[in-house]
Amino acid sequence: MTSLVQIKFAPKTGPKYWRSLDQAANAPEFRQWVEREFPSTAADMLDGNSRRTILKLMAASFGMAGLVACSRPELRFAPQARLQEDYIPGSPYNYTTSVVINGQATGLVVKTYDGRPVKVEGNPDHPNSLGAATAMMQASVLDIYDPDRSKFVLNGKQDSTWEAFATAVRGLNLADGSGLRILSETVASPTLDGLRTQLLAKYPAARWVEYDPVSRENSRAGSILAFGQALYVHPQFDKAKVILSLDFDFLGLDSPSPLATKQFSKRRLVATEEDIDNISRLYVVESQFSLTGANAEHRLRSRGSEVKQFAQDLLAAVNAPPAAGSDRRSQFLAAVAKDLKAGGAEALVVVGPRQPAVVHALAHQINQLLGANGKTVTFTSAARVDRVDAGVEGLRTLAAAMNGSQVSTLIVLGGNPVYSAPVDLDFGAALAKVAASIHLGQAVNETAAASKWHLPEAHFMEAWGDTRTTSGVASIQQPMIDPLYGGKSTIEVVAELLDLPEKRGYQIVKNFWAAQLPAVGRENAWRKSLNDGVVPVSMMAVVTPVLNAASVSAAVAAAPVAASNGIEVAFVPSGSAWDGTFSNNAWMQETPDSMTKLVWGNAVLVSPAMARQQSLANGDMVSLSQGKYKVDAAVMIQPGQADGAVTLSLGYGRTRSGNVGDAVGFNANLIRTSENFFYAPGFAVAKTGATHIHATTQEHGTMQEPELLGIVGKIRPVFRETTIEEYKKEPAVIKEMVEVPVLESIHPAVVDYSTGYQWGMAIDLGSCTGCNACVVACQAENNTPVVGKDQVLRGREMHWLRIDRYYVGDEEDPRAVEQPIPCMQCENAPCEYVCPVAATTHSPEGLNDMAYNRCVGTRYCANNCPYKVRHFNFLNYHKNQPDILAMVQNPEVTVRMRGIMEKCTYCVQRIQNAKITAKADGRQSDGTPREIKDGDVVTACQQTCPADAIAFGNINDPTSRVSKLKKQERNYGLLEELQTKPRTTYLGRLRNVNPELEKS
Amino acid sequence: MAVIFPKSSDLILKVLGAVIGLGAVGGVAAFAYLSYPTVIDTGYQPVQPVAYSHKLHAGELGINCFYCHSTVYRGAFAAIPGTEVCMGCHSQVRAASPRLEKVRNSYATGEPIHWLKIHDLPDYVFFNHRAHIGAGVSCVTCHGRIDQMVEVRQEKPLNMAWCIDCHRNPAPNIRPAELVTQLDWVPDRDPAEIGREIIAQKKINPPTNCSGCHR
Repeated sequence: MTSLVQIKFAPKTGPKYWRSLDQAANAPEFRQWVEREFPSTAADMLDGNSRRTILKLMAASFGMAGLVACSRPELRFAPQARLQEDYIPGSPYNYTTSVVINGQATGLVVKTYDGRPVKVEGNPDHPNSLGAATAMMQASVLDIYDPDRSKFVLNGKQDSTWEAFATAVRGLNLADGSGLRILSETVASPTLDGLRTQLLAKYPAARWVEYDPVSRENSRAGSILAFGQALYVHPQFDKAKVILSLDFDFLGLDSPSPLATKQFSKRRLVATEEDIDNISRLYVVESQFSLTGANAEHRLRSRGSEVKQFAQDLLAAVNAPPAAGSDRRSQFLAAVAKDLKAGGAEALVVVGPRQPAVVHALAHQINQLLGANGKTVTFTSAARVDRVDAGVEGLRTLAAAMNGSQVSTLIVLGGNPVYSAPVDLDFGAALAKVAASIHLGQAVNETAAASKWHLPEAHFMEAWGDTRTTSGVASIQQPMIDPLYGGKSTIEVVAELLDLPEKRGYQIVKNFWAAQLPAVGRENAWRKSLNDGVVPVSMMAVVTPVLNAASVSAAVAAAPVAASNGIEVAFVPSGSAWDGTFSNNAWMQETPDSMTKLVWGNAVLVSPAMARQQSLANGDMVSLSQGKYKVDAAVMIQPGQADGAVTLSLGYGRTRSGNVGDAVGFNANLIRTSENFFYAPGFAVAKTGATHIHATTQEHGTMQEPELLGIVGKIRPVFRETTIEEYKKEPAVIKEMVEVPVLESIHPAVVDYSTGYQWGMAIDLGSCTGCNACVVACQAENNTPVVGKDQVLRGREMHWLRIDRYYVGDEEDPRAVEQPIPCMQCENAPCEYVCPVAATTHSPEGLNDMAYNRCVGTRYCANNCPYKVRHFNFLNYHKNQPDILAMVQNPEVTVRMRGIMEKCTYCVQRIQNAKITAKADGRQSDGTPREIKDGDVVTACQQTCPADAIAFGNINDPTSRVSKLKKQERNYGLLEELQTKPRTTYLGRLRNVNPELEKS
Repeated sequence: MAVIFPKSSDLILKVLGAVIGLGAVGGVAAFAYLSYPTVIDTGYQPVQPVAYSHKLHAGELGINCFYCHSTVYRGAFAAIPGTEVCMGCHSQVRAASPRLEKVRNSYATGEPIHWLKIHDLPDYVFFNHRAHIGAGVSCVTCHGRIDQMVEVRQEKPLNMAWCIDCHRNPAPNIRPAELVTQLDWVPDRDPAEIGREIIAQKKINPPTNCSGCHR
């Protein structure tokens, strides 16, 4: 494990890119990851199974194999007795639907095979998706088949039925509803909104509380301060030339929909030379090193509580240029203020949901001054009906009412407040005082266990519903499968509470929309809405609010001075578990965090300086305490973290999540209070003496650097970037970065790749943000197994596409860059020469084919791959999991067993299907096959990418996007000096740096 | 020193060694032979739950293969027809036949008939009917004279060597697309010659690399 070592950089020509503090110090633990494909312990079998036991078992199973081979297994078909129109068994069918994460709706297209949803894609027609989907959306399909899902109605922990529940609901004496409270997550469904209005009318004294552990109430409150009305704020990142983000991780954790990345990347994609001048400039002020910080040109470390002062100073600086200061903060402030002013209506200041309302109001005022309001930021109304309380305030009022025995019936619709509520509310104890507590949820979680009734909730792909974006675009949530475990949707449960004559979800949703759609052609409009995934009824208009500067100033003056004593703890959602919603999703748990590369857990992120000061090392357990609140958690040293501030992500330390998520990580909610909901000052950090092992992939797959081979003073950059200025001066600068000699190939160029389809990929490092959507999309498409923490520690994670994160610069305040690494599909593939059984060979179309059924598992290929993109099934990962999880597997891709090597195939199943379709199409008309057009074959990673960073296609077609990109001067092949001739190439990143802050 | 083993034990030992050695070799050979696809799979002819005769329906009555296996030219799989397809005729024809009891039951209850799968490829092989039918590969090439079988049996080995033979030299097995279901088609000239003409016209180029079939 790492102990903190001062970095001593060897003198060399270019900047140093490093993955971890161990690498920076060239520690022996790190060297092992470089020099070996798997570390020396990799040949060990799992604990508890000695080699002898395995041999015995093998001998026995071989004996059995001999016996069963004598008879052929009976396989049976079960064709539908009654035919379904236009249904072809084994063929994919796509359905539009939409999902709500954290109150944000995103339209999706779900691919199903024989009634099983297996793959999620974004809906190109939906304004929040534009064809992209995030990692969480990609992983949401796995939740349907989660074997730990709730399967029964429970009444006081005893199995019950929906009928018994209906009877019990009739028996509740609700009268005017004064004892009735309903607690839901943020409601983004027009139908549910309508039912809520009915419910509140029926029970005039009832109240409805909306609570999300990752609340967006501060933004709403900020708009009330600045404009006197509740508004949704819509930054238009594609229209902004200069962006300042105040603690807003809009490219990562603070954006539950892919829209922000989609917009932002429009100004980062360089399709032609002219686009270079359109590249936006991003400044970030933040506490933890976020993905947005990694994509920023300039980043300022700041404790979360100090952002308000920065916003105040910025407002003053925009009004009048400040006197030049010498420290980094004042230089940064002056440069940002000047740049924003120069940007004018093309500038944009955005504020994250963790910042208090007053910072949001200040940003509105700055945007107003710049002329940006209405240009780079637009607004829609966020008005709310009476008797709906929201956010942590609403939850606090509710808890008080529950403790005061004013609540006789509490209905929790989704969410998990017993786990996720702030610790000072002690929601579990308050819940015990409620006579009738009813919980609807997908799992028998912490809240279910504390409630009288538990109802299984249908997954969003199992039930009818609808969603509305905060910009007012509605979509129908269309199911693809009947509820696997008899669950019902929120809409159906509320209909039950209201005892509506119509209790079927489909009819409720359809009736609601029938009333909204014009009478003429209503049925067609409904069908079109289902087909397109967007309802052609606009539900909100853009608002042009008037700023009240006096109100903002008053609020600034009245805002309490931030406490600066002790350590400040920041609570952020986790990139994997979110707020705990995805705790039991193994795909998410095994997705390395974008910045820490941590899997299966969270950590207390501390800055290197703080670690040195308190002699903390990676994995040291510390107790974070303030008053009576305390949690023990393990430390991870995070370069770029603000000093005096630590970050602990939400969503971990669950006790009733299921087999995947239980006891993974540390529960941040134990120290999160309703007072200090996002930033908690005054904490003490003390070492407990215990240690914890973090599983992080940051050093896995490290490529040999010439320095480590003994070639000192020469660089061979894996990640290449330059400034716009440099690039304009000398466009070849990216190609010429390699200083090590180019090797001569010993292989004669015998294969002619100049004709037919030749597949290739180009990845634009300028627009890639490192969001992980491609990693999970690849896992879903290609049946990649999940291996678990123990196996990840041995370097056996199976992701075909990984994202390498490098730091640049000094360890306290580095920059960071992200680089996706799929198989390079080398034309001179080193893996192919060493395979003794020809299991990996080259196709005439330039693919490095993998024939799993031929592989005998020598692992020579992985040893010979300089990119380390090959993955070996050390164990029978698929066989060791519950049977139901087989339902999520893509039938177009072989499920690999133990002892098989695997790697990225460029989604060859999609290529083959496109070819078959093109041939069949052509043969129907004139007999000759149709040519595959650019865009007919889209790889899974490319399709989901919110940044459009991945281009794939035929490099022999000069009009294809990929061949145009490959012609750019920025194009380079990874380690191409080894003469591997990679088909996957990268486009160097161009940084629009501010010369006042960084000399190029 | 006394002789423990008589001289004859030499011979016994040799014979025993030979028997064991030959037995082992023979065992391996027998196992290899018996598990070879042409041996274990070819000729597989299980008894189906309903005594459906392809000889009667496809052969004597001349019902086109596509009538029941209607997805072959659209999808990867040649769907086994649903009960409704059977009942399309049998609600009129021999509607009371006791041999159709299971079919009528299935239609009434919605419970599928569980037919036995005969032609089966390993899970790592991705065969696509649509691609082959479109190219002009007849049903008979892989399934044999189904129209002469009362009970369907597997005629061809369906192993990789057999597949790849055709992928390398498809001409003898390519015919005009409209004749693919005509199992008794007799070409008026060399079938390979006809095949070569169609291959040139349709630009048929069957893959012989791994990912053509293995994904």
